[in-house]
Formats: sequence, structure tokens, C-alpha cells
Amino acid sequence: MSANVLAVIGLVAVALGYRFYSKFIAEKIYQLDPDFETPAHSMRDDVDFIPTNRVVLWGHHFTAVAGAAPIIGPAIAVIWGWLPAFLWVIGGTVFFAGVHDFGAIWASVRNKGTSVGALTGAVVGPRARTLFMIVIFLLLLMVNAVFAVAISNALVEAPSAVIPVWSAVAVAVVIGVLIYKMGVPILWPTVVGTIILYAVIYLGEAVPVALPQTFLGLGPGPQWILILFVYALVASLLPVWLLLQPRDYINGIQLFIGLGLLFGAVFIANPTIVAPAFNTNVPEGTPPLFPLLFVTIACGAISGFHGLVASGTTSKQLDKETDARFVGYLGSLGEGLLALVVIIAVSAGFASLGEWEATYSSFGTTGISTFVAGGSTIISSGTGLSREFAGTLLAVMAVLFAGTTMDAGVRLQRYIIQEWGTIYEIPALQNGYIATFAAVAACVALAFGAGGADGQGGMLIWPLFGVTNQLLAGLTLLVVSVMLVKLRRRFIFTLVPMVFVTAVSFLAALYQLWDLFVSGQYMLAGIDVVIVIASIFVLLESAAAFTRERRIAAAPAR
Amino acid sequence: MQWTDIRKTLRGWGYLASEFYHAPYRGTVARAKREQDDLFMLLIFSEMMGVPNPATYYTLELQPILMERFHQWHTRMGMEHSPLDEFRCC
Repeated sequence: MSANVLAVIGLVAVALGYRFYSKFIAEKIYQLDPDFETPAHSMRDDVDFIPTNRVVLWGHHFTAVAGAAPIIGPAIAVIWGWLPAFLWVIGGTVFFAGVHDFGAIWASVRNKGTSVGALTGAVVGPRARTLFMIVIFLLLLMVNAVFAVAISNALVEAPSAVIPVWSAVAVAVVIGVLIYKMGVPILWPTVVGTIILYAVIYLGEAVPVALPQTFLGLGPGPQWILILFVYALVASLLPVWLLLQPRDYINGIQLFIGLGLLFGAVFIANPTIVAPAFNTNVPEGTPPLFPLLFVTIACGAISGFHGLVASGTTSKQLDKETDARFVGYLGSLGEGLLALVVIIAVSAGFASLGEWEATYSSFGTTGISTFVAGGSTIISSGTGLSREFAGTLLAVMAVLFAGTTMDAGVRLQRYIIQEWGTIYEIPALQNGYIATFAAVAACVALAFGAGGADGQGGMLIWPLFGVTNQLLAGLTLLVVSVMLVKLRRRFIFTLVPMVFVTAVSFLAALYQLWDLFVSGQYMLAGIDVVIVIASIFVLLESAAAFTRERRIAAAPAR
Repeated sequence: MQWTDIRKTLRGWGYLASEFYHAPYRGTVARAKREQDDLFMLLIFSEMMGVPNPATYYTLELQPILMERFHQWHTRMGMEHSPLDEFRCC
């Protein structure tokens, strides 16, 4: 089958989803009101609350939610064949992710722009809020470990990406200084910075950097992991304007360029899909498609992380309530499109079925490098760029996405630990340095402790990461559904996704629990136990909230 | 295409880029700035809170300028009126 057909079907499905389904949700379910005074106006302080152009907000939402996770997830999940992954990504984006992101913005806008976490407490109850905090902490813990391992794998396999990746940090810092300290208008640093970023890729190819085979008894992978965490430690203590903000900005631009390049190359090259639609010959040790597919691809189909973005910043800046559809629903499609192009790259970027099967020879070993291998073949045949250049370019893009997520993740984790320090009155933990150190130490322990000295812990916990992400999405959808019940509206469109993601998370966590115990991964098994318990509580909490609210809604008004 | 058109287009792109750069972090940066400003204000009014400040002779001059911000500060901290006995703000 030709990849173009797949790309077109995917794009058309998503476009129809936006045109019709999101319109239906906006008009009939969330009932957006163009005259409703959004928090950006009613609570305007020109700091957090400020009406912002919807295209800007859409761009922010789009780039904030699409990162490395929708690259890694589909690249692993295609092991079951491309069709299940494709259907889950498209169906998930249209019926789950769009409604989820859109709903999170709507719920927040209707509640003075509060975050989903606070909303869980206010709408569902204090127990649900505690649950929410636990799930977020687990998610952050895993996100850092997972991405550190993913980056280290990518850097080991693509030594040519090392210089460009670290140069991007320098470019970001220079842009940050130019804009904040020198007041340079943004357009020129952007253009020059982007050109430098791509020019350095040539330098990276000329001077590949490989770490020594062993250093202090560690292979190159673990060495990179340690370097990355030292970097994350420093980066998360720097002022936001100096590194995180410009890095985020650069990533946004990279995402637009990367998506354009990949889709353009797919359309020009029109490669043939060599991977089977359903892989009946899965390698030994591959877990069953149901329920694992639905947690292996979390970001790309539905991801709880979006709710945090949607209710954290987006909802406070929404100019009109009706913009929520454009920003939330269309914004979430970005991640779906990235996942779609990754599926095409890893199923059509190989010369033959044999080559594909050789790559997908065991579960969980594919990831960024698989995407780079497949994607670079397509780009080089579509655009005429050399395969090496295209490969480095994609590796740099993926690593930068993952790196920025790590920066932000460590920083957020530091805030949580500091908050604990305040709540439990432990002065040591309130210190920014100690809190950051504790956050990094926890992630290093997870990255190494779970997978032995080779530091492969991160990839083993990928499905666990997916489960946690889905649980978070489930909690957000619960908040939206309960709000709908209170308003006496139809809640089936948010309830079905909520029950589905929570149930598959529960089943997947349960399945992995057995697997982890058998393979002696007791640390991960311990985390998994917490996740299983958390998912049971999410389901119980939802059932309780629904019964309560429906009883109230059904009672005759006095 | 006229030169003015080009400049107009560039300005449009520049506006979008700058909003795209600043919008997500506006709050974070403003909060950091506010914290620094609070510290500065504390230094200016330190003598009134009983903290000896050798630079009072100079900082006294800045007090009227900071009056408005002082009001914002104490309302933000949840105090209806000025917490300082000798310094009635509102």
C-alpha cells in the first residue's frame, strides 16, 4: 500500500473531525458562548490573565503538546502492525484527545482559569485531588527517566547529532540574552538562529562525537544519562528566560519545519508500506495488543499532559470562549499528525519486509532511532538531501523535543518537592538546590535502578509512563464529565473516553505487574502497584461522583 | 510588491513570533520580576520595619516613587491596610 493513501486518509479523517465532530461538541455539549466573559478579561492582570490572539495560543498549544513521546510511542507500537496503531492514533485524536484538550480548556475557562488539579478538588472532591497529585508526581518521575534513556540511546546511535544537539543549547541561550538583555526584535534572532541550527548539522556530520566505550565501568549509554541529568540539574536552576523559554521557542519552530518536511517528503517520495497491516508474526516476548497498544501510544492518541497545558496557561489567555475549539481541538491534532507521520516513517521507511522484521525483532527496543532510520530514507528520497543529513536532522529534532521536556520536568518536580517541604515543614526541602538535587537523584535512581548498570530502565517503563499519562487524562475527563452532569447535559462523549482510557490503563498496569515480577524488576513492580491502586481509585471515585451528581441532578428543584 | 507591503508583512510576522515567544512565559517572567521588586522594596522600607539600613539617606528619596507599589504589595499579601504603624498607606 502506498504511504500517500495512509497520509491522506489520516489528514482527511482529522479534518472531518475538526469540521464536524468538534463543532457538534462545541455547540451541543460544551455550548460555547461568544459573549461569555473569559478569565482573560474578567481577571485581567496583564501577567497570567491576558487576552491573546487565538493563532498564537493555538501555536503554543500545538507545540507544547507535541514532543518526543508521540515519536517514541508509535515507533514501538508498530510492532503489532501499522493498522492498529493508525486506527488508534486517528480515532484517539478525533474522539479522545480533541475532546479532552478542548474540554480541559472549557472547564478551566468556566472556573476562573483554575488548573485541572484544583478543579479536581473543587468539582469531584478532595480525595480525587490527592489522587491527581500522586499521578502527576509519578508521571514526572517517569518522564525524566524515560526521556534521559531515549536521548542517550539516540546520541549513542547517532554520534553526528551530538554537536548539533548541544549547540542548540548555546543558540537558545544567545537568543534569550539578545531578547531579554538587549531588547533585540525577535524576528532576526529567530531566522539567524534557525539557520545556524541547521548549518551545525553539517559540522556534526564532519565531527561525530562518541563517548569512550567504558568510563568508570559505565558504557556510553549510562555515561550520557549521567551527563544529561547533570545538565538537567543545572538547566532547571537557571532563570526561565535564559534557557527554557528560548529552547521551547526553537522547538516550536523545529516542529513546524519537521512536520512540513516529513509530510512533504512522504507526498513526493510516496514510499510503499512494507510493514504488515496486522503483524501475525510478532517476536517472542511481545505483550498482547490489547491493552498494551493503548498505553504504548498515549501521546499521539490521548495524553493527560495536555490537560496541564490547557488549564495551566491556555485557559488564562483565551480571548473568547468560542476560541477554545480552535485552540484546544485543533491544537491537539498536532500531536496526532506527528504520530501519524511517525507511523508512516517506521512502516514505509524500510526497503523490505525482511529489513522491517529485522528492526522489529523484539518489543521495546525500537524508538527514536527507528524513526530516524525510516524517516531519513523517506526524506532523502523525497527531497534529495543525503540520508545522513536527514538522519542527523531528525535525530536532533527528536532529541531537542525530549530535552526540553526533561528541562521542564525536572523544574516541575523541584516545585512539587519544595511544596512538600512547605506542607510538611521540612526546611531542607524548601531549598531550591536541595529540592532539585532530590528530584534529579530520584530520576537517576529510576533510570539506573530499573534496568541495572546499563541504564536501560527508561524503556522498560515506557508502557508504565503511558499508563500514568492515560490515568491523568482519565481524571481530566472525569472533571469535564462531572461538570456536564451538573449542567444536565449529555456526558456520554466525555464519559466513554474516560472509562475507556482508565480501564485500559488498569488492565495494562495489571498485565505488566505480572510481567515485572516474573522478570525480577521489583522496583518497577512497586511503582506499578501504586499505579494499579491509583487507577482503581480513579474508577471508584468516578463512580461515586457520578452517582452523587446524578442523584442531585435528578432530584426535583425545591 | 511595494516596499511598505514587505515591511508590513515583516511586522506581522515579527508580532506573531514575539507573541509566540512571550505568551507562554509571560506569567513566569513577571512573577520572577515581582519577587525581585519586592526584595528591592523591602530594602527601601527596611528602616521602618526596624532593620537598620546604612543607605537610608538615599533610599528615603525613593519612597514616594514606590508608594503605589507598596499599596499593591500589601493588598497582594492579604493585608487591607499598611502593616507598618508609622507608615499609613491607605
